[in-house]
Amino acid sequence: MMFSQPMMSHQLTADADAYAGKSAETRHLKPGELSTGTTIMAVSFDGGVVLCADSRVSTGSYVANRASDKIAQLHDHIWCCRSGSAADTQALTDYVRHFLAQLAVETGRLPEVKVAAHLMRRLCYQNKDNLMAGVIVGGWDPVCGGTVYNIPVGGACIPMPFALGGSGSTFIYGLVDAEYRENMTKDEALALVRKAVSHAMARDGSSGGIIRTVVATEEGNVRDYVSGNALPYGPAGW
Amino acid sequence: MSLSLQNGGAPTRALPSVTTVHATSGGNQRTTRPITTGTSVLGIKYKGGVMLAADTLVSYGSLAKYKNARRLVTVNSRTLIGASGEYSDLQSISDLLVSNALEDRCTADSLYDEDNNEECAGEVWSYLRAVMYQRRNKMNPLWNDVVVAGFRQEPDGTTTDTPFLGVVDKIGTAYEDDVLATGFGAYIALPLMREKYRPDMEEGEARALLEDCLRILFYRDCRALNRVQIAKVTKEGGALVSEPYELDTYWDFKGYVTNKGEIGTDGGW
Repeated sequence: MMFSQPMMSHQLTADADAYAGKSAETRHLKPGELSTGTTIMAVSFDGGVVLCADSRVSTGSYVANRASDKIAQLHDHIWCCRSGSAADTQALTDYVRHFLAQLAVETGRLPEVKVAAHLMRRLCYQNKDNLMAGVIVGGWDPVCGGTVYNIPVGGACIPMPFALGGSGSTFIYGLVDAEYRENMTKDEALALVRKAVSHAMARDGSSGGIIRTVVATEEGNVRDYVSGNALPYGPAGW
Repeated sequence: MSLSLQNGGAPTRALPSVTTVHATSGGNQRTTRPITTGTSVLGIKYKGGVMLAADTLVSYGSLAKYKNARRLVTVNSRTLIGASGEYSDLQSISDLLVSNALEDRCTADSLYDEDNNEECAGEVWSYLRAVMYQRRNKMNPLWNDVVVAGFRQEPDGTTTDTPFLGVVDKIGTAYEDDVLATGFGAYIALPLMREKYRPDMEEGEARALLEDCLRILFYRDCRALNRVQIAKVTKEGGALVSEPYELDTYWDFKGYVTNKGEIGTDGGW
């Protein structure tokens, strides 16, 4: 078979992968590996942090789990949202939990969110060649109150008032930029994250299912979820 | 495409043309991968006709870009097609078949229905198989799995009571059966449909089965949506396609609602 046009080698690879059934989204995964396609978000407010995530875990186009829990607890008042490879982020969570627990015992104090975020970042950065993990660490501590840290793939650690992550986040940067305001109340923050994640789920094929939220404050943690047929903006949309 | 005064139209139908050939550069374009794609199409025979079902989503990679796209098309008064795969190729096939049907009507001996000159579903299916196989031989396939539904026809042109359901894939494999599904539906919906299928199913039963399968596909296929269309072909009513409507979904199992991210659990699943 003669090709009339010379093909770049990366195009040949793309074609070979396409014929072999591997898509651009799954090429980085090992065969059978699960990816939390995902939309995750966290917003800090006066007194704490709201974390939010969808619940779809996919392998390629198959939904392996339609109601997973992507918000993991790192310590009493510290949580993280996980995106990327499900296995990698679960392993990272286990390590950070272990180290934070140890630290809390040694110092006799609640660990700061900043410390949890930097622990996570250390692990992500030092092992960047072997990991595919984007994480948002958020929580409350007595020193800084509610804080959010975005740790994208590669291992940078960026403190921010609100953070977006996962494949679905690309669809809602505009929406969140338009709707976010500083010094929101807890309820306003909750409404914003639910609305934004719904919109991402409506457009991203790798996000979907139900919306889980965690509100972390000095008093404790409040868990909630929004059922897949009661989303603020349904998947069918217009 | 040439018009002819012969009964049945031109002896050879024109084929969908290859996308632009740049004579100066000396290169041909060919389809290497689908860009805008539709997911599963389901088809089932029942007492009185054939029913097709599909959702109304056309994806752009992982982006759910077009949520009200029509993937079930009536090509003439008694034949339905539905296709998964590249949406532009579906539109091209649809244009081709619809224009063939128009030519049939215009060149019939009579403009009245008693001499129905339109192709029956089996003819459309066979024609499509030839088209798809030819394109495959040129290494430029129409990247679709097309389901064709209608009724069988006697050699003398009268329509029988026997429903017809067939599929043609992108390389020209043509296959007939009582239940069919393309894409993800072949893995998830087909076993369920085969379990429940009976030749004397009522229309309501067939529809409920297809809706259930579409709902499960929405749960388990990343490229599916819960806005769907159902289409049917019956002898009396001809080919009809419904307006899109949304399916209800269920998420309140205890195992789903329970949180699993807390410390002390195994984490995240």
